[in-house]
Amino acid sequence: MFKWIHKFGSPPFVYGVSKAISPWIGVASLILFAWGLYMGLVKAPPDYEQGEVYRIIYVHVPAAWMSMFVYVVMAISSAIFIIWRLKLADVVAESSALIGASFTFLALVTGSIWGRPTWGTWWEWDARLTSELVLLFLYLGYMALRAAIEHPQSAARAAAILAIVGVINIPIIHFSVEWWNSLHQPATITRADGPKMHISMLIPLFIMLGAFQLYYFHHLLVKMRAGMLMRDRRARWVSERVEGGRL
Amino acid sequence: MKANTELFRVFSTVLRREMRVSFASWGEGLNPLLFFVMVVTLFPLGVGPEAKQLAAIAPGVIWVCALLAMLMSLDGLFASDHRDGTLEQWVLSGQPLSLIALAKVCSHWLRTGLPLVLMSPLLGVLMNLPAATLSTLAISLLLGTFILSLVGAIGAALTLTVKQGGVLLALLVLPLSVPVLIFGAGAVQAVAEQRSALGQLSLLAAGVMAALALAPIGIAAALRVGVASGD
Repeated sequence: MFKWIHKFGSPPFVYGVSKAISPWIGVASLILFAWGLYMGLVKAPPDYEQGEVYRIIYVHVPAAWMSMFVYVVMAISSAIFIIWRLKLADVVAESSALIGASFTFLALVTGSIWGRPTWGTWWEWDARLTSELVLLFLYLGYMALRAAIEHPQSAARAAAILAIVGVINIPIIHFSVEWWNSLHQPATITRADGPKMHISMLIPLFIMLGAFQLYYFHHLLVKMRAGMLMRDRRARWVSERVEGGRL
Repeated sequence: MKANTELFRVFSTVLRREMRVSFASWGEGLNPLLFFVMVVTLFPLGVGPEAKQLAAIAPGVIWVCALLAMLMSLDGLFASDHRDGTLEQWVLSGQPLSLIALAKVCSHWLRTGLPLVLMSPLLGVLMNLPAATLSTLAISLLLGTFILSLVGAIGAALTLTVKQGGVLLALLVLPLSVPVLIFGAGAVQAVAEQRSALGQLSLLAAGVMAALALAPIGIAAALRVGVASGD
């Protein structure tokens, strides 16, 4: 068992596996993107209330979902790093931060663009948009802390503690924002809620979710390889790969 | 039983030491309070002295100013202990670091949070808040500033080795303090609108309990990272 973990956590092994599988995941993600966008933008019927505008959900909802998924991945790998000192887990967390922040930003921008025709403003202090904004701040704080501490090992451990503190707080923030929103705004805003959607609109959404998920894994694997090379730049396995031209 | 009294002794020793140190330079300890008062005073100058308008924004304004004052005071909370080696001695002392950290946070709150609480009714009057809300304002700040001390201390410990970590500290702590602000200002707002603030205050009290249980562990872990990095 521990031998297995040791092998799985060793950078040379993971580097090789990542190199072998990441192109396939990338291609699979591209295929899902093409299929999902075709289904969503061409095949799915227009919404009877919002018309064609609703189609932005095929980008907005997966981005919002991924923004939270990536933070949870970051927090779990941070906990693994703190408890078992597995360096690879820290590479996962570090590589995920910028990707997660980008998903969050994308969710905010698409939400704002969607808000313009449906709510009539670019920015509505809606509960979900507001907690997404706070999530972006959490990502930015994580990256800022990581960049500010010079000693790489301290930076990794401090950032890991922050990610864990953040993930404990996210449900509390989400709950408090929702509660604040319900107090300050009468529930007059109409929006397309998930469960009420027709199946022909839902299927493209699930395809796009899969596409985003695979894109994240692809991007994560590529970034992790760069992270592992950087970290182990003085190790033998790296120089062997460089000399053998097998980067 | 014996272990309990031993732990209490550690806690009270650190707390007494911290209070003595802060009384030795009490002028410095008043700065967050002055900041709080001055920034609140700027608002009538900025938005105009109309009583109704001031009363409408007062809960939020006073709460945001208190939050910022707490944040300012947190910068460098552990810096001098780190510089003179006290922090290292705490880590090496064999006593639970989280308990020592809790004592440190309590002294920080007594020094900065409590004066804000005591001053807040006066600022409420300045901002034209109805008299009925003043006690709720003080109680919500009493609970809320303690949470901010606890959570903010995690940020202060994480930025221990960062030079000029003040802005970074704000980036780390402000998103985490969103719930405190919402429930704190919400409690005052509720009473101003003649509703009960019991829900908000209960949630703040629950927040105190949760932060009291969890934050010291985080502070201790972050302090260990800072001490281990050695610079």
